[in-house]
Amino acid sequence: MSSLAVSNDHADAATPAKAIQPAWVRVVHWINALAMILMIMSGWQIYNASPLFNFSFSRSITLGGWLGGALLWHFAAMWLLMVNGLIYLALGFATGRFRKKLLPITPGGVISDTKAALTFKLSHADLSKYNSVQKLLYTGIIVVGIVIVLSGLSMWKPVQLHWLVSLFGGYDVARYVHFTCMALIVAFLVIHVALAVLVPKSLRAMIIGR
Amino acid sequence: MGRLRKLLIPGVDKKLLVRDAVKVMPDPTRRRFLTTGASLGALTLLTGCDVLDSSSAEEMLKKVSKFNDAVQSWMFNPNALAPTFPESMVTKPFPFNAYYDLDDAPDIDGKDWKLEVRGLVDNKKSWTIDELYQLPQVKQVTRHICVEGWSAIGSWTGTPLRDFLKLIGADTRAKYVWFQCADKDGYNSPLDMESALHPQTQMTFKFADQILPRAYGYPMKIRVPTKLGFKNPKYVISMEVTNDYKGGYWEDQGYNSFSGS
Repeated sequence: MSSLAVSNDHADAATPAKAIQPAWVRVVHWINALAMILMIMSGWQIYNASPLFNFSFSRSITLGGWLGGALLWHFAAMWLLMVNGLIYLALGFATGRFRKKLLPITPGGVISDTKAALTFKLSHADLSKYNSVQKLLYTGIIVVGIVIVLSGLSMWKPVQLHWLVSLFGGYDVARYVHFTCMALIVAFLVIHVALAVLVPKSLRAMIIGR
Repeated sequence: MGRLRKLLIPGVDKKLLVRDAVKVMPDPTRRRFLTTGASLGALTLLTGCDVLDSSSAEEMLKKVSKFNDAVQSWMFNPNALAPTFPESMVTKPFPFNAYYDLDDAPDIDGKDWKLEVRGLVDNKKSWTIDELYQLPQVKQVTRHICVEGWSAIGSWTGTPLRDFLKLIGADTRAKYVWFQCADKDGYNSPLDMESALHPQTQMTFKFADQILPRAYGYPMKIRVPTKLGFKNPKYVISMEVTNDYKGGYWEDQGYNSFSGS
């Protein structure tokens, strides 16, 4: 009996409780967080050079100091965002994470989980399983991330990638698409950070894995 | 990040600034200053700025910008044409844009003006405006995209630059065509040879079928629809075919040098 118990202990020690967030997800998540912040803050400064709407961003929350500096930051951080994003997409598909974690998304599930969340009845006992609202938001933000990169590329290379510009309906439309995606990402970020603070163990899982 | 702008002041090269500062130091100080590896980076640290503001961040950004030049050059397809538009879509009024007011724009007398040709060319003769007007011209209606983000469609008529380069016997294996302009503070800009030879790159003499008005660069601008607006110099007074990177008004301040569309 005792030897069996020992071997069981050994087995437990050899395979520690499976991480809620695997290491690659955590690394890619925080690199993305940094890249996104650099892109958004430098993007605001670039926006200020020729605003689409009747407002500008305060210089206290922009990066780069002036248009030229902001462009240098934007076109440097874009590599970080793009390479990191491609690694995330490749691993997300290859490991089956997207399929296992984000699917299926059903309208019924989203409605009932939204109601539960708003009445503070949504369970956070098992962080390894996303609820329907999380599934919808995380899938949605991946799509927004892809669209913001594609609209950004079409503004960066409107001649070389003119087919991409046409896909968005022209250069001017691509600017609005790019801005809208930024607004959606910022909105996501506000909710995402607020919820991580409300459920601190989810933040811990994204830092140390468990 | 105000410092990044301060470090990129037009006309002030920080390396030269440090070199000049070192020159006025007494000898022993100068030696110590140099051996301790002083740089403007050290100076900015002394003035107390955060890590992102330091010149090492600026150096990193400049390196990435050089890398982006190479990527864009690699992406550049010499046969890819900028989309063209019907003349009815020309933006009216087409915006005037510069780092000065229209009142301060060069007011050039076409009779006195000559285009100076220098560098790696067989025929270095200067060209009068009437001589240039004799060259075959073509019209293009293309989108001008400003580095600031706005864009406007314009109608430009002139001589393809590649035809002119051929005419003057330019060495088209050279790396750049460098333009100097009559703008105050001396506007200039380098154009990589691949872009200079692009079929839509044009020595422009007319806007919307009228002689190029002062606002748009009379008597001659270089229209490059595969580049951002600031790489489309106005009030051009000379062109030089060269292998040397001679910098440019905005390029020296930090705008990406290739800035291709």
